[in-house]
Amino acid sequence: MKSIAFGQYYPTDSPIHKMDPRAKVILTILYIVCTFLCKNVLAFAALLVSAILITLLSKVPLRMVLRSLRPLIVILAFTSLINVFMTKGEHLLTPNWQIPFWGGNVWHIQIYEEGLWNALFMILRIVVLLIGTSILLSYTTTPIALTDALERLMKPLKLIRVPVHDIAMMTTIALRFIPTLMDETRRIMNAQKARGADFTSGGLIRRAKSLLPVLIPLLVSAFNRAYELAAAMECRCYNGGKGKTKLKILHLHFGDIAAVLLIIAFGVGIVFLNRFGFYYTMK
Amino acid sequence: MSNAFIHAENLAFTYKGSGGAEDIPALKGITLDIQKGEFVAVLGHNGSGKSTFAKLLNLILEPTGGTLSVAGFDLSKGDLTEEDLIALRRRVGMVFQNPDNQLVATIVEDDVAFGPENLGVPMPELRERVENALSAVGMSEYASSEPHHLSGGQKQRIAIAGILAMKPECVIFDEATAMLDPVGRKEVLDTIRRLNREDGMTVVHITHYMNEAALADRIIVINDGTVLMQGTPDEVFSKRNELRAVGLEVPQCAELIHRLRESGIPLGNDNISSVAGCAELILKSFAKGDAANG
Repeated sequence: MKSIAFGQYYPTDSPIHKMDPRAKVILTILYIVCTFLCKNVLAFAALLVSAILITLLSKVPLRMVLRSLRPLIVILAFTSLINVFMTKGEHLLTPNWQIPFWGGNVWHIQIYEEGLWNALFMILRIVVLLIGTSILLSYTTTPIALTDALERLMKPLKLIRVPVHDIAMMTTIALRFIPTLMDETRRIMNAQKARGADFTSGGLIRRAKSLLPVLIPLLVSAFNRAYELAAAMECRCYNGGKGKTKLKILHLHFGDIAAVLLIIAFGVGIVFLNRFGFYYTMK
Repeated sequence: MSNAFIHAENLAFTYKGSGGAEDIPALKGITLDIQKGEFVAVLGHNGSGKSTFAKLLNLILEPTGGTLSVAGFDLSKGDLTEEDLIALRRRVGMVFQNPDNQLVATIVEDDVAFGPENLGVPMPELRERVENALSAVGMSEYASSEPHHLSGGQKQRIAIAGILAMKPECVIFDEATAMLDPVGRKEVLDTIRRLNREDGMTVVHITHYMNEAALADRIIVINDGTVLMQGTPDEVFSKRNELRAVGLEVPQCAELIHRLRESGIPLGNDNISSVAGCAELILKSFAKGDAANG
């Protein structure tokens, strides 16, 4: 379990990797807004091109990005079916499609042109949303940089007594202890296996029950670790982040600001493209 | 008040029994002094109270009796302010047994920076302290590694670097070698010795390994919550029978000297704590024997 990767971080030296994580969080939010602004073919085409450009810029292999879309197929199929069959519009494509039921009932299938467009736009929106957020954040930002960025961006929330520092500290410690606890889980499982425990056979309930002798020692040890860690942190003068300095100071560079401005311009451009009544415009 | 760095007089600590359980007295009156720059090993078997003693030194536990002063702070009155406590812990660092449970960050240099960050050390100096601390434990090349990719000994050296970055005057090692393999133990012990010899760091090394205690300037043997004996390693290891009575074994070379003496060979006690010293004692006795025969 030595080679466990946190999240999906893909280390290369792309310009997106080098960006300030705060800028990336803001960019991601703005990019999500952009995907929801798109209303017609032109706008969606521009969005798709932007997603491809961002992926190329990040140097993350396209193959990897597409693979991460695979779990979405069910959701995509479901939303597009709903859109195809449920959208009512003006251009009916199937005037005479009927499925007879028993008792003389007939089910009229009504697929409108608008429904097909809506389905296509929905798929594009979800795909670009996922590519955009994963390229801008998960593939190019280490979890520690992300918690750091969130801590700083949420700083104003301190005014309404949100314990921002504590949340960030807890997240960091959780990330730090994931591999440790996974090692420990494996050790306990091996110890139980050596005494004849069986984790692989039986139904769902039996298997869940067989995990109990693993979970209880794991929980006990996690508490012991927590006590020791707390003592060690006190010994290193931890006092809840009062007057704390930082080894890694984040600097907003010209490129970060330019990227944020660029994405705002992109959003404005999309609103502009939406005004062309090209084929179909989403409501 | 004595001017020793650590001064304990009749120091006592009792673990309060919870839910009707009996109170457990862990320390029953410890009196000792540790001077600045000294390398002291505190020796005792499991349950002797040696770890409890360590935890009193920077107030993880509060003494329940007697007096204790560390680095000029009186820890037995219970009147330290939060600032005093932080000042104390900056000056007296502590390294624990399990290296996994004292690292807080996912990157080595972030972890080493944790202490000085908490102290509010500003930036150019902070970076410098992290680099110096890592090079002091010989881990500079691992600055941007993730701790879970390192060996136990390496992790423990990172933990030591995390303490050194606070620029302490004294480091307490609370069985810091107990969970390591022989290679890791040697790495950590070499680091500890270098800190003491080269940087004049006061070191309190809590251990139950005789061989490690032999490296110290002075050994304090704790048994059943009291100080059983103290002295140089040579002095302590020459009292082999008293140690054995409380379940402690002297190092193998010292044991050899004791057994040779028991079988009638006259040997001194003057260098009994090191292998080279023991070899010299035996050679000397050969030379004497030759002189008597010849």
